[in-house]
Amino acid sequence: MKITGPLRIAYNSLLSAKLRFFLTVLGIIIGVAAVIMVMGIGASAQELVLSQVKKVGSDLIAILPGASEEDGPPASAFGIVTTTFTNSDLQKIRERSNAPHLLAVSGYVSGNATLETKRDNREVSYQGVSPEMVAVESVDISAGRFFLADEEKDLSRVIVLGANRAKEFFPNGDAVGQTVKLKDTPFQVIGVLEERGSTAFSSPDDYVYVPLVTAQKLLLGINYLNFARAKVDDVANIERSRADVTALLRREHDLDDDEESDFSVRSTAAALGALTSITNILKYFLIAIASLSLLVGGVGIMNSMLISVSQRVREIGLRKAVGARPQHIITQFLIESIFITLCGGIIGIIFGIGLTFVASLIIIKLGYEWEFFVPPISIALGFGVSLVIGLIFGIYPALKASKVSAMEALRYE
Amino acid sequence: MELLTLHNLTKTYENEGVETRALIGASFAVKEGEFVAIMGPSGSGKSTLMQILGLLDRSTEGTYELAGINVEQLSDDELAILRNEKIGFVFQAFNLLPRTTVAENVELPLLYSEQSYGNTKEKVDQALLSVSMEHRRDYLSNQLSGGEKQRVAIARALVNDPDIIFADEPTGNLDSKAGLQVMKILQTLNREGKTIILVTHETATAEHAERILRMHDGEIVSDERVLERRNALDATDLIK
Repeated sequence: MKITGPLRIAYNSLLSAKLRFFLTVLGIIIGVAAVIMVMGIGASAQELVLSQVKKVGSDLIAILPGASEEDGPPASAFGIVTTTFTNSDLQKIRERSNAPHLLAVSGYVSGNATLETKRDNREVSYQGVSPEMVAVESVDISAGRFFLADEEKDLSRVIVLGANRAKEFFPNGDAVGQTVKLKDTPFQVIGVLEERGSTAFSSPDDYVYVPLVTAQKLLLGINYLNFARAKVDDVANIERSRADVTALLRREHDLDDDEESDFSVRSTAAALGALTSITNILKYFLIAIASLSLLVGGVGIMNSMLISVSQRVREIGLRKAVGARPQHIITQFLIESIFITLCGGIIGIIFGIGLTFVASLIIIKLGYEWEFFVPPISIALGFGVSLVIGLIFGIYPALKASKVSAMEALRYE
Repeated sequence: MELLTLHNLTKTYENEGVETRALIGASFAVKEGEFVAIMGPSGSGKSTLMQILGLLDRSTEGTYELAGINVEQLSDDELAILRNEKIGFVFQAFNLLPRTTVAENVELPLLYSEQSYGNTKEKVDQALLSVSMEHRRDYLSNQLSGGEKQRVAIARALVNDPDIIFADEPTGNLDSKAGLQVMKILQTLNREGKTIILVTHETATAEHAERILRMHDGEIVSDERVLERRNALDATDLIK
């Protein structure tokens, strides 16, 4: 049997019921488009998150309070406040004899408060950091200077503004030397940071920075650290430094050999691994949801094909009378259902790519460093899945068609 | 030489425990090149007989040989191949595929043929020419009149060059003029050597055949030569 015969018949019978055809493939179109979008946007989002983490620097390690799995999220991600990581721990880490490969270490605390100038006041996020922060994060100063070591110790009320905050509060660029109030406490602006762009989950340009101890004592009333970051002299020494810091803190916290550490030391590489596994779970979950609509679409195809079979009993009977065997009828109806789902799949792929592109434009417009990307595997998947759906949901109607009795189908009207 | 040979052919339907005998002990033979009409009122079993002869149905008893092949032994697939190669059907309701061109309709049996179909177009054109429908080749089937549809259906029955044509009430849906034209084609085909079996309930139509089998209540009650055979080729008597 020629293949063009059934294809032409499929095409003709679909053309004769355009609306039904369209409604039937709609489920497949939506399903395939959703899968393409989820995969495309998911891949771009993952890339964005990972690139932001990489931007922080692969030569960094972070010391976080509380135990956590190597590739799991830290305790703080669940909103757990741990107070076991203190300034004296930080001081010990800073001593090069303990961890010789660390170039610079900064402690971090953070909070939100109102920042006031004479003309303006608004809620800002602030970070209390060590003077070494600029070295750890490789930040440049665009005006003025950063904190000095002494200023950390003597509760100096000095503040350094992130690039965006400086622009907002001092559009004339005369920030340095001004006095501002943070949480009703006056601070002197001593510097403005270079614009840095957004990094993992935050935009450092939106922060204002005060000395670590000042933030702890004057603004937050705490005596522990949220976390610390340290720059390692060479990427090759990351593991060594993690071990150094771990040993040091275990000694400092007086932990026995069988006790679990009450802190964790992570590298950017480990964070990347954790993020990848988290975002993968999210991505597969979304793909699974999108696939549900493909299943619904498949049931729609089956329903439509069953209607088609019952409407074309005479045609099937005639085909059998002129010599069609059951296998010919099965082939014909399978080709029809696969044709329908492939049409839906192709339209869905086009829609999916289009919608992903539109979504990318919107996300870029919102200020993210986003890359429009459709994974080739998602196109292959959309194509393959629609083919398989046509096959699976077409089998039952095709078998039913093949069982039509020619004699009964051709009875007198 | 006998093309069809039936011996004691019987068909019994069973529906919810009730047995209906639609065909009782039919025995006759049809020679190659014969034009036979099967006549009878509705319910007489003529359609059942034609369906069994046309290999669309199987008998419950008796034997049936088509072109020397005992068809009782054949599988459904083998019957389908035999239908495709040896038999052409013409139905009362034409049964053309809607929204499909005349040529595509005529081509249909070739799609299921085991033979090579290299010369499909020539075969289709030849079949259309023999029913004078070559000028409607690319029309859609629903653009044709009833008479034209039936002529296309005959072309479809001819395209595989079958041994025998079964025509089941071929004039039943046509006016007398179109009906006469169809009979003219069938008589021409018969004159060219095709074996034709015509099922009808109209005596006037049946008399175009050379032999009439009359059926009543599932039995063949008479088998007679037509003494004054109607000739559709001069085409005056039916129109009157």
